[in-house]
Amino acid sequence: MIANRQLSSDYNVLALRAPSIAAAASPGQFVMVKAGSGHDPLLRRPFSVFEVLRDQTAGVTGLSLLNKRIGVSTSLLYAARLGERIACLGPLGRPFSPVDAPTEAWMVAGGVGLAPFATLAHALCSRGVRSTLFYGARRAQELFYLDLFRGLGVELVLTTEDGSAGERGRVVAPLERRLAARRADAPVMVYACGPEGMLASTAKIAVRYNRPCQVSVERIMGCGLGGCYSCVVPMRSDDGRVHHVRSCLSGPVLPGDQISWE
Amino acid sequence: MGAEMDLSVRIGALTLKNPLIAASGCFGYGVEYADLVDLASLGGVAVKGLFLAEREGHPSPRIVETPAGMLNAIGLQGIGVRRFIFEKLPELRARRATVIVNICGSTLDEYVEISRILSDAEGVAAIELNISCPNIKEGGMQFGCSLTGTFDVVSAVRKVTRLPLIPKLTPNVTDVASFARASADAGADAVSLVNTFLAMAIDVETRRPKISNVVGGLSGPAIRPIAVRMVYECRQAVKIPIIGMGGITDARDAIEFMIAGATAVQVGTANFVDPFIWPKLIDGISDYMRRHQIARVADLVGTLDTAAGDKEWTAS
Ligand SMILES: Cc1cc2nc3c(=O)[nH]c(=O)nc-3n(C[C@H](O)[C@H](O)[C@H](O)COP(=O)(O)O)c2cc1C
Repeated sequence: MIANRQLSSDYNVLALRAPSIAAAASPGQFVMVKAGSGHDPLLRRPFSVFEVLRDQTAGVTGLSLLNKRIGVSTSLLYAARLGERIACLGPLGRPFSPVDAPTEAWMVAGGVGLAPFATLAHALCSRGVRSTLFYGARRAQELFYLDLFRGLGVELVLTTEDGSAGERGRVVAPLERRLAARRADAPVMVYACGPEGMLASTAKIAVRYNRPCQVSVERIMGCGLGGCYSCVVPMRSDDGRVHHVRSCLSGPVLPGDQISWE
Repeated sequence: MGAEMDLSVRIGALTLKNPLIAASGCFGYGVEYADLVDLASLGGVAVKGLFLAEREGHPSPRIVETPAGMLNAIGLQGIGVRRFIFEKLPELRARRATVIVNICGSTLDEYVEISRILSDAEGVAAIELNISCPNIKEGGMQFGCSLTGTFDVVSAVRKVTRLPLIPKLTPNVTDVASFARASADAGADAVSLVNTFLAMAIDVETRRPKISNVVGGLSGPAIRPIAVRMVYECRQAVKIPIIGMGGITDARDAIEFMIAGATAVQVGTANFVDPFIWPKLIDGISDYMRRHQIARVADLVGTLDTAAGDKEWTAS
C-alpha cells in the first residue's frame, strides 16, 4: 500500500504498488483484495480498478481502489497503513467495451459505483468519444474526483439526494430526460455502475429509449475466479429462459437488457 | 535422511501423487483454475456436484461470511453430468488432473444412472457420492442422514461401477462413525468427510436471513476442530481410507487431519482466499516430513498419540 487518501469519513482511495496487475487491467475489470491477515475477515472482496497510476515517464506503477466503509473488510481498508501488504489478485472479469465516435458514451454512477469510470473515461477520451457522466451521491461532499473527469473533457450531470449539489433526487431522472430529448437515431452507449435499483432503472430506461446499456453488477463474491458459484446474476437467454451466470467470469460488465431484474 | 520423500497415498485402487485434493464446489470444474494452478500437481480435483440434468441453483445472495468461516447455499447449480463429460473432462484430461467426480441425486436411480455414465467416460479417477448437501431438499440428505439410505445408495452404485467409490458424509448427524461403517459395509472404497454444517445467519437490523435459502452450510476454519474429531471417530470405526476436510488453511491443518486418521485431505474455502495455496501446502507437508524424519506421508496417517502425558507433571 503506497497511499491512503481519506476522502470523507466513509470513503478513501487506496493506492497499491501492483504494476503488473495495473498494466494488464482494462476499464471495468476488478481485483480480489484481502483485508487484514488471519481468518477474520476470511474472504477477499472484489474492487473495481479505480485508477491506473503512472510515474512522470508514464510508466505504470500501480493501481488505486475507491473504497467505501461498509463492513469489516472495507473498514480495515479504510484504515490501512502505508507499507502494509495487501493481497490483490487480478485483473479479473470482462471489461466494458468502449465505443467509437460518433457514438456518445453516457456513464451513470451511483455512490461508490463511480469506481470503474475513471479508467473508462480515459479510454473514451483517447478515442475522441464525447462522454457524459451522470453521477449521483447522497450529498455534495460525497461527489468525488470531479476534476479528473472535467480534465478529460467529460460533461458532468450531478445529482444529490439532499440537493446540496446538482439536481435533487436520483441520477436516473436527468438520464431519462436527456434521452427523451435526443433524436431517436443519435447513437448513445449507456454504461452504469451503482446500487442494484439504480442499475435496474438505468437498464430499463435504456431499453425504453432503444439504447444499448452495459452495467457493472456487484454481487457477493467468494473467489472471483469461477470456483464457488456465489456471484450469479439471472440472465434471460434468447429462448426466454433464465440462467444464472457467474458475474466474476461472464461479468462484472453485462448487457443490461438481458438481466432478469426482478 | 534421503532426499526421496514419498508423498503418494492410496485410496482403494487409486494412487494419488500427494494427499491434497481440491474440495467439491470450491474449485469449479477445475478448468477455471487451470491457468493459476498446475492441476497435475494436485493429488486430485473434486469437481462441483453434478446431477443428471442441469440445475440453476438458488437465487443470490448465496454466501455470507461468518466468524472464521462462511455460510453457503448455492443449491448445486451445475451443468449436468453429460455436459461435464463433453465440455470439461477433455481439458481436465489434457491438464493431467486426477478427476474425482462429485455426484448428487434426487433418487437412488439417479445416483446409479450418473455412476453408470461416468464409468463409461474416459478420464474419471473416482466417484464421490454427495449424500450430504445440506442446502437442497433433494440433495441426498435423505440418504446421508439415514443408515439404511446410506447403505442402499452405496450398494446400488457399487453394483454398476468399478471406479473407486467415495461416499461423502454429512456432519449433521449424531454419530458420523456409524455412517462410515454403513458405507464400508456397502462396499465403499473410502469415505470423505465433512460436508458443511447446517447453519444460519440473520441480519438483526432487517430481521432477514443473510442468504436467500435462509439456512446454509458452514465451512472454513470455524469448523475444523469438529471435523478433526469426526475423522478421528471414523478412523476407529472403519478400515477403509478416510479423506478428511473442514477448514484446512495451511499444511499444519492438513497434517492434523492426517494424524487424526485421514489418508488424504480436501481443501475448499481456503482455496477461495488463496488460489496459490497448493504449492505452499505441498512444501509445508514435505518440510514437516523432513523435520520429523518421515519418509512416506502414508506413515503419518492415524498416528495420534493418546498415551498419558508427562507423569512428572501434576496439576496444582
Ligand atoms: C461454496 C461451496 C460449495 C460447495 N459445494 C459442494 C458440492 O457441490 N458438493 C460437495 O460435496 N460439497 C460441496 N461443498 C462442501 C465442501 O466440499 C467441503 O466439504 C466443505 O466446504 C468443508 O471444507 P472447507 O472448510 O475446506 O471448505 C461446498 C462448499 C462451499 C463453501
